[in-house]
Formats: sequence, structure tokens, C-alpha cells
Amino acid sequence: MIPQIIFTLLFLTGTGIFAFKIKKIRRNIFLGKPLEIKDNKAERWKTMAKVAMGQSKMVVRPVAGFFHILIYVGFVLINIEVLEIIIDGLTGEHRFFAPYLGSFYNFLIGFFEILALLVVVACFVFLYRRNISSIRRFKMPEMKGWPKLDGNLILVVEVVLMGALLKMNACDQILQLRGADHYMVAGSFPISQFLVPFFDGFETGTLITFERIFWWAHITGILIFLNYVPYSKHFHIILAFPNTYYSNLKPKGQLNNMAAVKKEVDLMMGGDPFATPETTVDDGPPERFGVKDVTDLNWKNLLDAYSCTECGRCTDNCPANQTGKLLSPRKVMMDTRDRIEEVGKNIDKAGKPVEDGISLLGNYITEEELWACTTCNACVDACPLNIDPLNIIMNMRRYLIMEESKSPDSVTSMFNNVENNGAPWAFPAADRGKWIDELN
Amino acid sequence: MSTPIHVPTMAQMIASGEVPEVLFWVGCSGSFDDRAKRITKAIVKILAKANVKFAVLGAEESCSGDPAKRAGNEFLFQMQAAQNIMVLNGYDVKKIVTGCPHCFNTIKNEYPELGGNYNVIHHTQFINDLIKDGKLVIADGKSFKGKKITFHDPCYLGRANDIYEAPREALMKLDAELVEMKRCKAKGLCCGAGGAQMFKEAEPGNKEVNVERTEDALEAKADIIATGCPFCNTMMTDGVKNFNKEEEVEVKDIAELIAEAADLI
Repeated sequence: MIPQIIFTLLFLTGTGIFAFKIKKIRRNIFLGKPLEIKDNKAERWKTMAKVAMGQSKMVVRPVAGFFHILIYVGFVLINIEVLEIIIDGLTGEHRFFAPYLGSFYNFLIGFFEILALLVVVACFVFLYRRNISSIRRFKMPEMKGWPKLDGNLILVVEVVLMGALLKMNACDQILQLRGADHYMVAGSFPISQFLVPFFDGFETGTLITFERIFWWAHITGILIFLNYVPYSKHFHIILAFPNTYYSNLKPKGQLNNMAAVKKEVDLMMGGDPFATPETTVDDGPPERFGVKDVTDLNWKNLLDAYSCTECGRCTDNCPANQTGKLLSPRKVMMDTRDRIEEVGKNIDKAGKPVEDGISLLGNYITEEELWACTTCNACVDACPLNIDPLNIIMNMRRYLIMEESKSPDSVTSMFNNVENNGAPWAFPAADRGKWIDELN
Repeated sequence: MSTPIHVPTMAQMIASGEVPEVLFWVGCSGSFDDRAKRITKAIVKILAKANVKFAVLGAEESCSGDPAKRAGNEFLFQMQAAQNIMVLNGYDVKKIVTGCPHCFNTIKNEYPELGGNYNVIHHTQFINDLIKDGKLVIADGKSFKGKKITFHDPCYLGRANDIYEAPREALMKLDAELVEMKRCKAKGLCCGAGGAQMFKEAEPGNKEVNVERTEDALEAKADIIATGCPFCNTMMTDGVKNFNKEEEVEVKDIAELIAEAADLI
């Protein structure tokens, strides 16, 4: 009975702390500006099924895509076994599903073992790619320190968890063969059978201890890992689904028209100058044009930031980055996430939003990065989770121009030309048809 | 050359009680830039040859607002858009062919919300349709036999609007070999001019984007780099010059190549 109580407490604590953190992240995401995404439900489910569940954009790079699918499928399916472990832990039973599933249970356990081995192989391949091979996107400045450690930790923990699972099964099958009390004959062990020689020499009592240690290590490891995930790039395993559901379904080239600007332009262009102003209600201070800090972004931008797993395909495909410019779309997403976490922590401390004198633009992202963007959409196209770094970049440019009138001199002249001549160059509008005279 | 081509403005056409089938939106590059003007002329010659009843706005056309919008100046963009929409709606324009993917993207995707709803077509799509419908016959003109042509996807046609096939279909009508660069279609590399970069110096780096892109084209052993955007055309031309390859590699718009093959220029 005592192990069950311990397990129940452990399980409730683990999931409880996790739920608490998720609530915080949810609050942080909705610190962003409102944005209504309620259209095209069918297409949204389809996009999610294709891009998140079907990994359609992962396989654009076949090697990474293949091994990622192994880990993904392994993770999802082995969770069925975790469900059994949880039920066992709560009820004190052993292999709870076995009597209900019969020979299918044996198949399942065998299948999970093979998956566990494949996950281990994939993790080693990824550790090799991250640390030994010279893949450009894993060696960039924004990957130094915590992001690198984070990536490695996830892979190591997965190897450890799979190892515990296999070792647990190895002990279990010896105990089953010896007819130990409580260890009914169930399951097939195509992989862990090879671990049997390591444990075969121990006495039954010792083996039961081992089996229990691996069992507890596995489930405790999972609960700890569960709570690590929201602090890590690994959070994408959850947010991949909502983030792809809320994907931008419009043409990538379409940049939103700012409603606040439209109101003013309408007034200037055709509004009745003698009409009484439409709004007499005081809406408070006027909203900022563009994005200076994370709270100027919309919630989808922030969901994007929390969904980013720092794979760097965006940056790898970025023409500015490829030619040595400072811009890295991945860094834009990481900066956004780090800053909204900071804003969230400030709120936790003070109990209300505080002005800390820090902003996304300026303290995290520089003007030079923003001005390096060619708006080519390569980053948006490359993202396996349909994250849109370009939208954040564009909205920060809007802030620079419309709030601070800060632009490179040549861009300022371009604006002046468009304004005065209706063309980005200083040609008079009257000459627009000159080519016609040259035609014949 | 054959009979002189008449390019009416919308104002002239309406004054004579006629309604054009399409409005040809020339764009600022196509109107003012000497290199891009040659593309404009090729498009017009194709339209005339295919007996398309078209008109231009002439002095009434104004910048679509794309470079302003991409540089962050939403005010200026919306002012431009409002002005253009007023003109276009005033002439009751229904169908627009653009000579520039930036204008194409802006008018097609960003004008509707501001009151401008038109059927917008990029010139490579329109030309491809003219050939497919038999309205434009490629004959008697320049032969491209033995030449390798590669198409550089403009970001604002390709990734921005998922149009990859129409320009290629048009090129396949030529008697040349169409070769792809290692990065093409959705993976095509930008020429470096988008997002208002055309109007500023590049930020500090170790290479120009157009040089990087030209390397792709040279690697594909193309004799001709086909473009569908006046900015790309400028950038790729400069890129080819950077490698001193202007004798061996030509940079031409699809409209120019088709017009040459149809003996129009």
C-alpha cells in the first residue's frame, strides 16, 4: 500500500507542477495582442494533421526527418506503456493491461522494445550531429550555452529513460521465468533479452529490487522530464499541435494592413472634414504602431516563440544569414521567447505588469538585424512548425519607422520619392509613360 | 519591325468609349529603369501580337506601396494604396496584368481589404496562358537550340504566392533546355532586393546575396538566367558582372525571351 501512496503523491505532484507552469505560459502567451483566428476550421485540422502529426515539413531534410520520426513515433507509442505504468503504480498491479490484451499485449511490449531501441539509435545520431559533425545551424552564436546544453540534455534523458525501460524488462523477464510471486508471464522481449546475461546471476530478491529501481527510475524520470519540457525547446512536442492549427493560411506574401492606419488614411483621403469625430469615448493612450516589446506582438507571435525548437532551418535558409549578416530568424524567435519569459517573471514578482526599462527591440534585437531582412519568406517556408519570424521582423520595422522615424538614409529618400513622385526613385510622375514614345 | 504599336492610356480608352480587356500595370521599375523598360516593351509587344485589348494608366499610375510597406512605412503604403484604388475603381478595372511580382503581390493580396478587388495576374502567367490558348504563336524568331535556361523564382511570385509552374511552362515553349538550380521553387534563394533592400546598401556581411544566387545559376551551367521580376533582373545582372561572365551568361525576363522567340524584338 505504501508504494501506491508514494506513487500517487509523486504523480500528483509531478503533474500538478507541470499544470501550474503550463498555466503561466498560457498567461504569458495571452499577454500578446488579441487576434481572431476562427476561420477555416477544416483546413486548420488538416494542416495540423499534415504538418504536426504527419511531419510533412520535417522530411524535407531526409536524414534529420527520418530520425526525428523515429523519436516522435517512439515517444507517442511508448506513452501507451507509460499509461500502464501509471495504472500499475496507482493500483499496485503489475502489467495491468496484460490479462485484457492477451497475445496482442506480447506484440505491443515487443514492439515498444524495438521502438525504444530505435529511439536510442536516433538520439545517438542526433548527439553526433549536434556535437561532432559540422552542421552549420548547430554552431551559430545563438546556440552557445544553454540552448546547446538543452538540446543535449533532452537527448541524454531520452537515452536514459529508454535504458531504464529496457533494463526493467530484462529483470522482469528473468523474474517471470523464475516464477517469482507477482511477476506473471506477459510480454515479449526482443531487445531486452540481450540484457538478460547482465542480470541473470543475481538472486531473485536482488532482481526484484533492481526491477523496482528501474521501474521507479523510469516513471520518476518521466515526471521530472515532463516538468523540464516547458522550460526547454522540447516544449514543441506539445505546442506543435496548436501552433500548426493556428497556422497562417493566407498567401505568405500578404502582410496585414494595419487597421489603425487605415482609419487615419480614410479620414485623410475621403473623410468629410466637417463631420464630427466618430469617437468621443476616451480609449486611453493611443496604441503603439508596430512592435517595440513582446506585449506589442499578438498571441500567435508568442505561441510561435514558445513552439520554436531551435532547429535553425529558418536561419539556415535565410539569405541574409548565409551571406554573413547579423540576422538569424531563429534568434528572433528565441529572443521573443526569452523576453516574454522575462516579462512573465516580472509579473510573478510584482503581481502586475511592470516597466523594467527593457524591450525586445533594442535589448534583444538590434536594428541591424531587422534591416538585413529581404522579406523573402524562406524562413517561414522552412519552419517545420509553420512559425513566422518574418511577421515579427516586419512589425518591428513598423515601430522603427512610424514611432521613431528611424531608417537608413537611402530608405528615407525612397519614402520621400514615393511620397512626392509616386515612385521609389526621383523621377517625375509625368515621365511614367516615356517608354511608350520609345516603343516604335 | 511591323506596324507601330499603340499603347492607349485608360483615360484615352474610356474617352473613346472603349473598355480594355486588361489593364497592364507597368510598375515603377518598368516605367523608369532603362533595363526594366526593355521588359515592359517586350510585354507590350506580346500583348499587341496576341491582340489583347489593353491599356496602361500612364501618369496616373503610382507606386503600389510595396517598398514602403516592407520598409515599415504602413502610412505611406496605405496612402499609395488608397490613391491607386481610387484610380483603378474610377476606371472600373476588373483585370490587371502586372510586370512586377511585388506590385502583383501587393495589389492581389493587400488591396482587397482596402477596397480594391481585381483579378490580378503576373505577366509570366498571362503570357503562358496566351501561348496555351493559341493566341500567341512562337515562330520565326530567335532559336534557343542548345541553350540552357534556368529560372530564378522571384520570392514574391514563388514562396509568397505559390506560383512556380506558369513561368516554367512558358519557358518550356522555347526550344531550349530548362535546367534547375540546386535551390529552386519553394527553396529558391532570394536575389537580395526584396523588403526594400533594393533601395539601400546591404547590411554588413561577408558576401552579397545576389553573388551567392548567381553562383547557383553558374553552377547549373545556364547560358540564360530567366527572371520574372525587374529587381531580380538587376540583381542577377550585377551578379553575373561580378563574375565577369556577362559575355557568356545572359539575364533576361521571360517576356523578353518569349518576344524574341516570337520574332517581336
